[in-house]
Amino acid sequence: MRTAVAIFPGSNCDRDMAVAIKKITGKSPLKLWHKDTEAPNLDLIVIPGGFSFGDYLRCGALAARSPIIKNIKNHVSRGGALLGVCNGFQILIEANILPGSLVRNKKLLFTCRETTLEVQDSIQSPFLSSFNTGDCLNIPVAHNEGNYIANNELLKELENNGRIAFKYKKSSEIETDYNPNGSLNDIAGILSENGRVLGMMPHPERSISSLHGGTDGLKFLTKSIEQIVG
Amino acid sequence: MQKRNLELRDINENEYIAHQESNLDQALGMGLSKDEFELICNKINKIPNQTELGIFSAMFSEHCSYKSSKKWLKTLPTKAKHVIQGPGENAGVIDIGNDQAAVFKIESHNHPSFIEPYQGSATGVGGILRDVFTMGARPIALLNALRFGSINHPLTKHLVSGVVKGIGGYGNCIGIPTVGGETNFNKSYDGNILVNAMAVGLAQKDKIFYSAATGAGNPVIYVGAKTGRDGIHGATMSSAEFTESSSEKRPTVQVGDPFTGKLLLEACLELMQTDVVLSIQDMGAAGLTSSSVEMASKGGLGMHLNLDLVPIREEGMTSYEIMLSESQERMLMILKPGSEEAAKLIFNKWDLDFANIGEVTNTGRLVLDKNGFEACNIPINPLVEDAPEYDRPYEILQNKKIIKSDDFQSNQTLNDILIKMFKSPNIASKKWIWEQYDSSVMGDTILCNGKSDAAIVKIHGTETKKSLGKGIAMTTDCTPRYVKSDPIIGGMQAVCEAARNIAASGAKPLAITNNLNFGNPEKINVMGEIVGSIKGISQAASTFNTPIVSGNVSLYNETNGQGILPTPVIGMVGIIDEVESCLGISAGNNNTLIILGQKQNFTEGWLGCSLYQEIIIDDFDGAPPPIDLRTEKQIIETIMTLNNNKLLTGAHDISDGGLLTATCEMLFENRLGLNVNLPKTLLSSNSKDHLLHSWCFGEDQNRIIISTNESEKVVSLLKENLIDYYILGTTNTSSNLNLNELDTISIKEIYNINKSTIPSLMDTYKS
Repeated sequence: MRTAVAIFPGSNCDRDMAVAIKKITGKSPLKLWHKDTEAPNLDLIVIPGGFSFGDYLRCGALAARSPIIKNIKNHVSRGGALLGVCNGFQILIEANILPGSLVRNKKLLFTCRETTLEVQDSIQSPFLSSFNTGDCLNIPVAHNEGNYIANNELLKELENNGRIAFKYKKSSEIETDYNPNGSLNDIAGILSENGRVLGMMPHPERSISSLHGGTDGLKFLTKSIEQIVG
Repeated sequence: MQKRNLELRDINENEYIAHQESNLDQALGMGLSKDEFELICNKINKIPNQTELGIFSAMFSEHCSYKSSKKWLKTLPTKAKHVIQGPGENAGVIDIGNDQAAVFKIESHNHPSFIEPYQGSATGVGGILRDVFTMGARPIALLNALRFGSINHPLTKHLVSGVVKGIGGYGNCIGIPTVGGETNFNKSYDGNILVNAMAVGLAQKDKIFYSAATGAGNPVIYVGAKTGRDGIHGATMSSAEFTESSSEKRPTVQVGDPFTGKLLLEACLELMQTDVVLSIQDMGAAGLTSSSVEMASKGGLGMHLNLDLVPIREEGMTSYEIMLSESQERMLMILKPGSEEAAKLIFNKWDLDFANIGEVTNTGRLVLDKNGFEACNIPINPLVEDAPEYDRPYEILQNKKIIKSDDFQSNQTLNDILIKMFKSPNIASKKWIWEQYDSSVMGDTILCNGKSDAAIVKIHGTETKKSLGKGIAMTTDCTPRYVKSDPIIGGMQAVCEAARNIAASGAKPLAITNNLNFGNPEKINVMGEIVGSIKGISQAASTFNTPIVSGNVSLYNETNGQGILPTPVIGMVGIIDEVESCLGISAGNNNTLIILGQKQNFTEGWLGCSLYQEIIIDDFDGAPPPIDLRTEKQIIETIMTLNNNKLLTGAHDISDGGLLTATCEMLFENRLGLNVNLPKTLLSSNSKDHLLHSWCFGEDQNRIIISTNESEKVVSLLKENLIDYYILGTTNTSSNLNLNELDTISIKEIYNINKSTIPSLMDTYKS
């Protein structure tokens, strides 16, 4: 298993993601620096959370113009698996690797809290094939711009073609603020057309210990990596 | 260096002015007194020019010189076997075993946060983080102690909204979790809010970096962000009272850039992995002035800098502006000669400025060149050693009046009072605030923000086969009502509550950083508050062997002559050997709740200075609850023993709002119920009885409620050690808090009030 974490100035979940991956594979992932123009063949690249380039201009906009993005696009066209978490998801959208937009949370406040994700009926994807539709994962979010929006056409395309990976789930009937950011159709994560690129707002790497955050994130990452290795 | 005299045609007009002799009026304008100006002229044997005067005024400001408090700060206990570095450096350092050290400090950003809440609080966070990583530590946690005015004051919501956004804005972006702290509201802060930020970091014990300059001829390196015109004379502004015109001081507030802060953090820590950094100091208050002067002074050396080499953000900055700018995210370092190029590569990688701006000298003087002319040449010693130290007159006022339960007249039931308690933003859940802070980044946060009495963060990489690892426990505490009524007891109580909170989270208290926030020290009773609380803090800190290793003083928190409640905030750090043994406040079902430190025959609670009193009379009065340090120490040791024997499921100290408030907080998470075991003498009372109220809401100290499912073992251990205890009852799933036949309280109802108080207050405010 060859994994890598792509690091931009301002990334701040790179260490957490590396710790999670090492816990699963026993090996630290390679670190890719945003200026790297060469990268070896890899099975999985993760773009971690953080505030790349301070979120200046627009979240992910500057990182999406970094030299490393060309490598990442090559990796995707080779059929490599790619996961973008939080700011990583924002970067994937700004780099046109995934469609739609992520805008300010509906309440205009940064929000850090637990969320429950429901696995959707999706296309074949190494990130989800170990889960059944309707499975739930408790994974925290921490973001200011996680409100996913798309035009009707795109939304239909995503909904009808199984490209929605996760939605925020109500844990009880009376719950009103189960969706932390007001995203369209409660979308928490989406897939590329071939299912090998996943962008998600929640942080699986923050849910890898029974003492804090639970272990659903670890389960998700472990199963993903197993499937990617095949 | 030009030898001829400077003429106007040589440089721009503002720089020319900076070279001109100053006068008394200008000194007064910069916050110096007539005596201080004369002292300066005498010590340097000349009338200072404008730049030199600016440097003196910054170094002599209360903020930099501690001139009113120094005499008393020296009396604080600062030593213990586990102290590696006490006060006087960028942050305090303590030994936490395994060759590791905890590095921490608290610092205020009160004045700027009132003028510009977002930037003021953001740069408060940025500044305290730099203090910690300057010492070679990677920051692992942030806390903050906030005090706002009455929630109904027209500015309060604007300030709460801005301060919380600012703290989150910096901490979230730089990627350090904000895990704890406290937020309180009182009308005394209407015109002066308090924003105290605390940072805790981890370092290798043998890789601590200090600020004393070494070696004449060694290069002085400037790194980080460029210098702009922001925050000029911020230290002086922070050392004066507010008046109506204070909002005009907005330009003296610094602007934070957490992104550059993150780059600087990573670049400095990367450079510190090598062995080329001889000394390092962050540019905080008074910027390049205080960093260069303090480094030179501590090393007993001088410094010669060429200000033309300082990276600047704006054209035409004068020597005066460069020296007094408080632009953020900057550091000054002394490097081993010859290592500059390798060091520069690291800073280039992180896209940061790196400039060799001068050298260490053995002249003992601060010499500054600009445009080829000498802009400043003054001896270093008078800037630091001769900074005034005042023995200001003081009087410690101690309110000795005992408030009895009979003194109250009201017609309210326990349920009425509890509803009011949780409708008060002082007691209600602060979740609306905490959720705006990233508390889980770095992946090591075990307990935070209200889940326990103290936050617990795991020490990265200490996992063993046997344990998930060691952890650091952290809390900030102060009850200003108590300090106002009796500064000595109030000071003691702040330390006791902090130690109690650390112990109630399952950890061992180790050391303190303090933030002393007061009004105008030139007032005899305010000075009395300062002296009294330092006495109280000293006594308590000595008792627990938790020395003060760092801190900050913020005076002149007054507006139009009205001072704040005295607020000496205690930030305490402790250690937990196995994080899995940490304790939250929530009780499980069928747990027995036992109050440690409460006698069986206890019936009348202490209502003087209580929140109960505040709810009934909208004010506080009388003596605060007394403190027995010996008992407190015993209680703290007892809970540690109980927890080591794995007998506890949770713990929560009794503080603001008393016993019943604390009990509700333990029942909330699982919406449990409890049949409260009332003392026999209260069984015949009724729900409006003030004696019963005093038992329920009195704020008697030295008490912690524990929850256990091994009550027999706990009780026998308590008996064996002669510890006072009182069995409160056993939790059930009814969601009702029953006080015999006297009253039944719906925990679900109180829980919903607790949850919605602050959101409903804040949601009506749109920034």
